[in-house]
Amino acid sequence: MKVRISSERCQGHGRCYDLAPDLFGEDDEGYGQVVGEGVVPPDKERAAGLAVSNCPERAIEIL
Amino acid sequence: MTVDDRFGQDYRETLEERSHGARNEIITGPVSDWATDFSHAEPEWAADPYPIQDELRERCPIAHTERFGGGWLPTRYEDVAAIAYDTEHFSSRAIIMSNFRPPPEMAPVGASPPISSDPPFHHHARKLLLPAFTKSAVAKREAATRAFCHTLIDELEGQDVVDAARDYAQHIPMRVIAEMLGFPPEDGARFRVFIENALEGVNLPPEERLARAQKLFDYLLTQIRDHIDHPRDDLTTYLINAELGGHKLDPSHVAGTMALLLIAGIDTTWSAIGASLWHLAKTPADRARLVAEPELLPTAMEEFLRAYAPVTMARLVKEDMHWRGGDMKADDWILLSFPAANRDPAQFERAGEVVIDREVNRHVAFGLGIHRCVGSHLARMELRVALEVWLARIPDFSLADPAAVTWAAGQVRGPRTLPIRIG
Ligand code: HEM
Ligand code: SF4
Repeated sequence: MKVRISSERCQGHGRCYDLAPDLFGEDDEGYGQVVGEGVVPPDKERAAGLAVSNCPERAIEIL
Repeated sequence: MTVDDRFGQDYRETLEERSHGARNEIITGPVSDWATDFSHAEPEWAADPYPIQDELRERCPIAHTERFGGGWLPTRYEDVAAIAYDTEHFSSRAIIMSNFRPPPEMAPVGASPPISSDPPFHHHARKLLLPAFTKSAVAKREAATRAFCHTLIDELEGQDVVDAARDYAQHIPMRVIAEMLGFPPEDGARFRVFIENALEGVNLPPEERLARAQKLFDYLLTQIRDHIDHPRDDLTTYLINAELGGHKLDPSHVAGTMALLLIAGIDTTWSAIGASLWHLAKTPADRARLVAEPELLPTAMEEFLRAYAPVTMARLVKEDMHWRGGDMKADDWILLSFPAANRDPAQFERAGEVVIDREVNRHVAFGLGIHRCVGSHLARMELRVALEVWLARIPDFSLADPAAVTWAAGQVRGPRTLPIRIG
């Protein structure tokens, strides 16, 4: 499983890096960024799902 | 060093320009039918807007009013989101639905960038603010905020009934934003007057509202001049020195953004803290669960933000158009109710209930699209710390007199009187 953020849609609400800090971080303006290549280890799949379903802008995709 | 002469005559002139706008007849009094005559300024709305919004969503999802010179009220999540995203047809030139529309020449900058700005200017005005408001930037204020919350609780000692809105919730965001802007912390009482003027009493005569706004801008001017003489590491000095496209900001931009941070930073968070405490005071099961499981607080807090979203915005329709069944006219208001969107059953399960362990919560309390609240990370930090400290220090509390609770009227809604029994 991999995650990706659409930078077109992301507005920096930060729900992703609140809920799944191992998978997402903030840039210096608060926009979300995936950590590394965005690969989700099996024990982080639940956190990834929470980030997706709580992003108000629907900016996170699971690939 | 050159003298900064932006804050003399120019400053006065730009303020003067702001008073050239369109005024309409003021209509007050009981609403005859919420679908055709709605008003967010009547006491019924302030006391409990949710049943009104729920009923409209079923019966007339884009309600209309002739008041305020004409306006529309969408109550479905889908419509609120579509308008927030559609900056081509809806302008932020004015964001407080009143009886005065600022002149069209004010776009795309508006009186208080970036909230009053439209693309393409909006992006630049917003970018100036973002770095100071990231989650890691505001985390640096957490320890001081926590210590301040403890001081406020210490001061409640010995009383059986306290006013949690007046004696606790209001002071937290006031202190934080005063520090960020570099204003004297003891000016809090004056901020409260500025806020009430800006956000409440929207049906006062526009002349009266403009005169009151003048007092805020006089205050800001004093602070700006003091910062020009004595630069400091704070947002006021930052804005005075900031540049866009190689030029220092217009004086009205500096003051307008400061006014925005002062007003948007206080009333909103005060309301969110107050509404959360109000809910817990009247819902013993939720209170007991949060005391027993403090790790649930971040999730519960998002639910309080959803169910009691404090902020409603406004837009102006740019051109005459037919939009989702309504014949909208240029300069009609849109009352953009994020609170109504947050209770739409098409978007949320058990939308009308407060479910403190709700895991999927795509609420829009901080807006959607390009105007997403710049202060959302700061507000979340303040709200979390305020509730953590209260629950740790005063785990046992209840509403002293439900009938005595009063709510702010207008577009920012939260408790203004909140008697809570703590002893
Ligand atoms: C719980 C507290 C808060 C809530 C619910 C809230 C809500 C909102 C909402 C809904 C918007 C969107 C406006 C629109 O779409 O037109 C907004 C914008 C804004 N808020 Fe907040 N706010 C809160 C706290 C704060 C704080 C603490 C600050 C800063 C000190 C702040 C600063 C701003 C600014 C600067 C904007 C304009 C952003 C832009 O137009 O790009 N807010 N807020
Ligand atoms: S939650 Fe969504 S909008 Fe917010 S930072 Fe993450 S991706 Fe961006």
